[in-house]
Amino acid sequence: MSRGLDYEVINENVKRVAYAVRGELYLRASELQKEGKKIIFTNVGNPHALGQKPLTFPRQVVALCQAPFLLDDPHVGMMFPSDAIERARHYLSLTSGGLGAYSDSRGLPGIRKEVAEFIERRDGYPSDPELIYLTDGASKGVMQMLNTIIRNDKDGILVPVPQYPLYSAAISLFGGSLVPYHLEETANWGLDINNLRQSLNEARMNGITVRAMVIINPGNPTGQCLSEANIREILKFCYQQKLVLLADEVYQQNIYQDERPFISSRKILLGMGPPFSKEVQLVSFHTVSKGYWGECGQRGGYFEMTNIPLKTVDEIYKVASISLSPNVPGQIFLGLMVNPPKPGDISYSKFVTESKAILDSLRKRAHIMTNGFNSCRNVVCNFTEGTYLLCLLSHVFIPQIKLPPKAIEAAKKAGKVPDVFYCLKLLEATGISTVPGSGFGQKEGVFHLRTTILPAEEDMPAIMDSFKKFNDEFMEQYDDKKGYSRM
Amino acid sequence: MLKSSLEAQNLIINIIKCEYAVRGEIVILAQRLQQELQSNPGSRPFDEILYCNIGNPQSLGQLPITFFREVLALCDHPALLDKDQTHGLFSSDAIDRAWKILDVMPGRATGAYSHSQGIKGLRDLIAAGIAARDGFPANADDIFLTDGASPAVHMMMQLLLRSEKDGILCPIPQYPLYSASIALHGGTLKQLEDARSKGVTVRALVVINPGNPTGQVLAEDNQREIVDFCKKEGLVILADEVYQENIYVDNKKFHSFKKIARSMGYGEEDIALVSFQSVSKADWFTAEVREQIYKIASVNLCSNISGQILASLVMNPPQEGDESFESYVDEKDGILLSLARRAKTLEEAFNSLEGVTCNRAEGAMYLFPRLHLPHKAIEAAKAAKTAPDALYARRLLDATGIVVVPGSGFGQVPGTWHIRCTILPQEDKIPAIVSRLKEFHEAFMAEFRD
Repeated sequence: MSRGLDYEVINENVKRVAYAVRGELYLRASELQKEGKKIIFTNVGNPHALGQKPLTFPRQVVALCQAPFLLDDPHVGMMFPSDAIERARHYLSLTSGGLGAYSDSRGLPGIRKEVAEFIERRDGYPSDPELIYLTDGASKGVMQMLNTIIRNDKDGILVPVPQYPLYSAAISLFGGSLVPYHLEETANWGLDINNLRQSLNEARMNGITVRAMVIINPGNPTGQCLSEANIREILKFCYQQKLVLLADEVYQQNIYQDERPFISSRKILLGMGPPFSKEVQLVSFHTVSKGYWGECGQRGGYFEMTNIPLKTVDEIYKVASISLSPNVPGQIFLGLMVNPPKPGDISYSKFVTESKAILDSLRKRAHIMTNGFNSCRNVVCNFTEGTYLLCLLSHVFIPQIKLPPKAIEAAKKAGKVPDVFYCLKLLEATGISTVPGSGFGQKEGVFHLRTTILPAEEDMPAIMDSFKKFNDEFMEQYDDKKGYSRM
Repeated sequence: MLKSSLEAQNLIINIIKCEYAVRGEIVILAQRLQQELQSNPGSRPFDEILYCNIGNPQSLGQLPITFFREVLALCDHPALLDKDQTHGLFSSDAIDRAWKILDVMPGRATGAYSHSQGIKGLRDLIAAGIAARDGFPANADDIFLTDGASPAVHMMMQLLLRSEKDGILCPIPQYPLYSASIALHGGTLKQLEDARSKGVTVRALVVINPGNPTGQVLAEDNQREIVDFCKKEGLVILADEVYQENIYVDNKKFHSFKKIARSMGYGEEDIALVSFQSVSKADWFTAEVREQIYKIASVNLCSNISGQILASLVMNPPQEGDESFESYVDEKDGILLSLARRAKTLEEAFNSLEGVTCNRAEGAMYLFPRLHLPHKAIEAAKAAKTAPDALYARRLLDATGIVVVPGSGFGQVPGTWHIRCTILPQEDKIPAIVSRLKEFHEAFMAEFRD
């Protein structure tokens, strides 16, 4: 008789889940690291792991909240600026019992109010704190929504290709169907509404009920920002097709220019007026893990619901309540993120200096990487000069690697998907740990790898040199004719 | 005509089926009352709402352990460690511990996603703590740190439940996380023979020790019987041991299921056991299954770092000779002795009420008194389309501001009624609670006595 947790008898949905960001490449990289090899992890947007320092102000505030006895000490003013002290008192007053008590299952009402105020300042429309739920990271919120929507394998979710593999993993786990829609690489990963329609129709012809659509804006791994017109089209599409739009907006802070600012889907929706503004169901996600905060380990995030029926909201609340509450320090980080120091505050100038330094450095690293990739044989870093600089977002790059047929053969022989083969070889040769494009989805026969721009600025030139050496040798080995290079 | 996607009738049926009474209807009512009291003081016969529905000690005035918070604050803001004044504000062993913890964090980065099972160095510490507790070795690779024990329970249910033909044995009464997560993941909650006769494959047994809501601590013999039973029937043991530190009687001790199984001579191949603490520990899986658990954990990347650090502190508190040892022991003993006193006082209070019997709370944080309700009360509940214990709880809330959870939220033998009440309000509030409870109960019985 099988025992309860024998491999053969566990949930098949679990076995179907694939999450490449911490998949095969990462595991191999960890093995090599254990053996003493120096590994550069570019597989996940995890800035602090690669040397980015936390912003000072939030850490001061949370430390004070964590150890409130400090606030009673007469010397506390020598160690902490007064605005941090005040802010700590403020957040503690919003809790009922400090950081160690379960909060409301939706998150502390006071912080949800701050989030609502942030959204109102950002978009110009009021936001209801009752419809904002704080979660242990945005991923938990996404999973909760997908679990709420997916009833069985006939329920489909439209997901961009390439996508951040949380979506495919969660859809597998909950037993639904992933309905891919392709983004146009040649149009800077733009969204063509015709692709969308085509995917939807095909799915319906196969008996799938398409329930929701995911957009990741700014895009991960693609880095594109959707235009206002694009988002409007998408919202109209969702209205017509009765889809709920899941807008993953976790990278909204990583825009470094003014020409193509981030515009939230909610702002556009409300601006469209009725019937759209009253009918289209929208869930928007945000986090403290990205932007220039990069506080991934705190697990702080939220989702905001628009036009969701109250009976459904009740069910979502019920499921949230089973896990009692999101972690309280993470909630405070979120409050601080939406309510950073203002001009006139003691900590303001230091905060701005630190933030600016991070953003400037990210931009510099992006430059180094772009140029680096484009100098490599058979590698194309997708951007058009202007758009890239306009839309640089998040921390990621997905250069296209034009793998020659001989390389594809060699991969097959080794029992590996071609981009996995390339990335494993890259890892063994250079210690650079990336995520193969097959982990994100790509067009048939086209290969990518995903890398972040997060390694330290001073290490970047050496990393790109190392990459170029490996790549050009790889291409020399497997290429029949002269390769293609951008520079 | 397409129905809009997120209408309740289109929701996954499992979500509709699942229930979680601890933050259910009565609590929502209580929150409304609390708002009323704030905007309209004096509108009720009581000044404040007393939440006795949930094991949330610090919300009711229990103070955190100083040493733990010192270490956490230093890890939150490591720049403090470079300041001279820090030595005046923090104990030296807290400073040492913070350095030690930062040293096991790659790059000393406290804001980074960690390994999906939790930081390796912290898991090593926890494994050492578990080994010290049980007298048997523990392996960091078998440990998964999670955002609270609840996500770990969800993970196990996800792994185990393939369809509604899969069942999990749960104690009645139980902590409704189990019934809720079983429903959410599409399984069935059952008794063994009944289950099998209906074609249900029973996959695991949940045991909560010390018990919630019952408060009993299992005797070792009992535990051995359970282990043998699970081995014989091929069931995974899901051992919820979150209350292992809360024991109030001298004649009972906590023995982990791991310790019991190991001391019975059961090795890695013999029985699958998952133990939950505020740390979660997965024991004795094949590499293949552990890979699957890792995979699911990785989709959420990692659990929150402060929580991981705290788990390592709980399993490795100050030792004799450390600067903080005495104050740590004082704080800990203070809390536990106070809890024991409150448990006794409230137990006696419930037993003094007409028609109420209450078992001793040997451990955990709850009392689960049985209400022998008069016929008239049962009829009144029927007329109001509510369970009798829910009627009682509602009336109690309206008259006294005390929030308890009706026993139907936990399961009970049909035809019996209970409420679950925590022992957590601060000691100085207990006399008022007792007198208000007595007054309410007398009035209730006067109204409904046969």
